Amino acid sequence: MSNSIPQALQSVQEVQLETDILVIGGGNAGCFAAIEAKKINPDLKVTIMEKANIDRSGCLAGGMDAINTYIPEGKTPEDLVRWSRSQAGGILREDLALEISKNLNEPIEEWERWGLPIKKNEDGSYKFRGQWDIAIQGSEMKPILAEKTREMGVEIINRVVATGYLYDGEKVVGAMGFGVRDGKFYVVKAKATIMAAGGAGGIYKPYTNDGNDCHHQIWYCPFDVGSGYALGIRKGAEMTTFEMRWSAVRTKDFNGPIDTISVCYKTPMINAKGEKILAERYKEFGGDKAPRYIRASAPMEEILAGRGPIYVDTRQMTPAQIKELKTDYLNERPSFVLFLAANGQDISKEPIEVYGSDPYIVGGHTASGYWVDTDWQTTVPGLFACGDVAGGVPNKFVGGCCAEGMLSARGAIKYIAGIDSIDADLSAQIETEKARVFAPLFSDSDGVLPHWMEEKMQRIMDEYAGGVHQFYRLNEERLDNALRHIRMMREQVKYLYAKDLHELMLAHEVIDRLDVAEVLIHHLKFRRETRWPGWQTRMDYPEIDPTLDCFVNSRVNPETGEVEVFTRPYEQILPGDRMKPTL
Amino acid sequence: MPPKVLLNKCDGCKAEHEPLCEQVCPGNLMTLGSEGKAICRDLRDCWDCMSCTKVCPQGAIETRMPYQIGYHPAKLIPMMGTNRITWTCVDINGKVERFIVKNRNEEEDED
Repeated sequence: MSNSIPQALQSVQEVQLETDILVIGGGNAGCFAAIEAKKINPDLKVTIMEKANIDRSGCLAGGMDAINTYIPEGKTPEDLVRWSRSQAGGILREDLALEISKNLNEPIEEWERWGLPIKKNEDGSYKFRGQWDIAIQGSEMKPILAEKTREMGVEIINRVVATGYLYDGEKVVGAMGFGVRDGKFYVVKAKATIMAAGGAGGIYKPYTNDGNDCHHQIWYCPFDVGSGYALGIRKGAEMTTFEMRWSAVRTKDFNGPIDTISVCYKTPMINAKGEKILAERYKEFGGDKAPRYIRASAPMEEILAGRGPIYVDTRQMTPAQIKELKTDYLNERPSFVLFLAANGQDISKEPIEVYGSDPYIVGGHTASGYWVDTDWQTTVPGLFACGDVAGGVPNKFVGGCCAEGMLSARGAIKYIAGIDSIDADLSAQIETEKARVFAPLFSDSDGVLPHWMEEKMQRIMDEYAGGVHQFYRLNEERLDNALRHIRMMREQVKYLYAKDLHELMLAHEVIDRLDVAEVLIHHLKFRRETRWPGWQTRMDYPEIDPTLDCFVNSRVNPETGEVEVFTRPYEQILPGDRMKPTL
Repeated sequence: MPPKVLLNKCDGCKAEHEPLCEQVCPGNLMTLGSEGKAICRDLRDCWDCMSCTKVCPQGAIETRMPYQIGYHPAKLIPMMGTNRITWTCVDINGKVERFIVKNRNEEEDED
């Protein structure tokens, strides 16, 4: 690879491509978007620009053991949206959520036909493990999806890191990026662009990396670094609800999923005194069915009250259930089984300890992301968004992200109907972006290593912007401190030094995360209330403020470069109490 | 310290333009070292997704728990078969567990 490292900006080779629809990020949502576009019109050229390799990129790299939202017979899309609305504390885009719910089952049934095993009851129906979740054996679901994507004739450019959009006036007309293996600069012109690059992990310091070799022992995919948001932020796209952060109860130290245990096997969460926390202390919020943020904050509150450690009590499980539970983990996060083995833990005798995760910005779980219309077009013409990067709809999970991929492709196809070709002169912006992208390779080696800045950012965010070490707690003055440091680091990215192309990728990962972090802090400052304790705990404003029953959105003013924060009204389509899961 | 390359087994996937682990790693972490064997360039950045371990045709990669969060030695070895994976797990006390997991529908399953 060393031969591919450009020695000077002038020697960087350029690759120019043109396509009808460019999809950035070939994870779950991106692959479904590309497949849908080819299905609607096989003559279209559809291209995926992927930072890794679509065979194992994105959140599904290790697999998945369930599809968390599938509409069972006898239930309606409206039922799902009502449930989701109440789980998210009453804030979601009902228009988008309804459209996704109506299209939810189709992609999963297709995936099954392509080879994904879904667990069945004896009568052949899907095996539900909770109200909306079906159990799957998804360890190879991503390679299965990747095979289908290739078979559909989608052009795939693996190992190209997207860094910026191409612009023709106000419109997005493709994207630029660099090859992390070949060191080339890629310019891909497109009639429409679909952003599907995932959410943001690694903004905050995880407790699992305190001075050891497991920096990426986090729940969310650590290679999804918020670049999808950052590209839009830099070009003034409107973002929504970043302050609704996603943190969750996870297995302690490993930071692994917990729904597998608590939903599927109905194991209660208990404190050190053996009390069933949710049933006994959170009855008024719905007990075990309390909103997700309550379930996230409950164990941490118990620990603060001196009743930790907290466990998920597996001691009532039968040997057959334990075997099945471990098999589920092998399908999703296989190394959790190794973790248990490495601790010699017999979970029939010793319950599994849990703890809060570090916070993530992830639109598949909460409502953070691009503000889109009902064609999934962002506020920037020609730019569409789907999956974890698209905002407004919490609790999409894997199935909702597939459906959103399909819907965004339909929107993009509608948009390109009147476009013949891209004729604008893009040369100036290409030169500017190329110089920005490769700068860390040619800067002073006595500068700042990407890891240093990443670790500093994560520590600052953890300490001042409500990380897990601070039990997610926030106040205005700490947020101001965080903002001051993040702005300082954004000034200092000019000192980043990368010795090779891998470090160049790391440098851009921290640059993108800093852009996301700054917007996040502005959102956290704006919401002077506590709407989602655990996700957003303002110690200086502990109550709900009824005037903030709306969306908090932001946009970077292109003139000043400042983040401007404003509100958008809540539009209720489905009648009823938004905090209740049913009518 | 996640992927441990067993140097006596790794042949660097000589016939491939890149070793298979390098081709699939979502973090761009696996690469070919100067000895012609795969190496993980930064153990700290691995997510333990086990893609490299599953794809290795020589069984030359073991996923390890970082010692900071698990004791030594424990093993979890996947054997990739047709439409299934056979996992062998050995805990720190030497207890062996085996799991056979279907991972793809067979042709006849599909209708």
